[in-house]
Amino acid sequence: MSGAHNDHAAGGSQAHSHTGHSGGLGAYFAVFAALLVGTWLTVWVAEHDYGAWNTPIALAIACTKATLVVLYFMHVRWSSKVVWLAAAIGFVFLVILLGFTISDYATREWLEIYSEPLRSR
Amino acid sequence: MSDSHGAHGGALAHHFEDLEQQREAHTLGMWAFLVTEVLFFGGLFGAYAVYRSSYPQAFANASNQLDHVLGGINTAVLIGSSFTMVLAVHAAQLRRKWQIFGWLWATIVLGAVFLGVKYVEYHHKWEHHLVPGPNFLFEGQPGGSEQLFFALYFSMTGLHAFHMVIGAGVLIWLSVLALKGRFDEPGRNAVEMAGLYWHFVDLVWIFLFPLLYLLGRHQ
Repeated sequence: MSGAHNDHAAGGSQAHSHTGHSGGLGAYFAVFAALLVGTWLTVWVAEHDYGAWNTPIALAIACTKATLVVLYFMHVRWSSKVVWLAAAIGFVFLVILLGFTISDYATREWLEIYSEPLRSR
Repeated sequence: MSDSHGAHGGALAHHFEDLEQQREAHTLGMWAFLVTEVLFFGGLFGAYAVYRSSYPQAFANASNQLDHVLGGINTAVLIGSSFTMVLAVHAAQLRRKWQIFGWLWATIVLGAVFLGVKYVEYHHKWEHHLVPGPNFLFEGQPGGSEQLFFALYFSMTGLHAFHMVIGAGVLIWLSVLALKGRFDEPGRNAVEMAGLYWHFVDLVWIFLFPLLYLLGRHQ
């Protein structure tokens, strides 16, 4: 009973282990080209001044490139739900880490207690 | 039971039901490690965000001392190495020994080019007194907040370069195993797991490049 089940599972996994988990060479080459274009775009936008939008634009391009790497080169696009969850949770933790740190430092000056005399003490 | 195990030689560890489950466990374990790495680098990115918002002009001026052309070339080299790495993983899935070996070495060579360019950049910073410490000088003056930028530059790119050295070591080891025929049988996922690590190192650089090299370019 269990032997038959195992045979079936092993055979099944072999049958789709080459097609179910990764893209073809065409997808890899397209992502490679997109990443190079993204790098050129990063440099190009950095030469121009968009005021307060400079950093958000740079980060938006970097996040797009990072998403391409994670989905295609790291095969998450073809991975199971639990791998999606693991990859996403890394991003969630990072947002918590950076979000709380930045919101702390950015709002300290709003407090009376953090006035200049105390700061220079 | 013994048939399904016997068919895969030693590739299927006895505590897994089948190769699929084993592969899933390998992938999940690697991602759990990468999440800790995200937070490892995340702390440095947090420090960067705080100090850059405190001293925006000093950070922009200090950033303009970096060579954005060399940084851009290195970005392209690293993306190229990710591409050759994904081809090595592809070859491993098809169990083509010599292709695995070749693409792994292409990745190692591109990684070495990256580290070589990094050495040239570090050497230039050393010569121009831009390494934080008692000899630090920024435009002839003992630097103030510019030193913070360079402290972050060296710790972030240094930690990144250290990851690349580890990664290259792993790839050299895997290339030897490939020649020994270790990846000829199904269920050997080591090349794929090393690929996840290598791509992660590429990911970090994708953020480091604009944040360190390009932030003052428009001035």
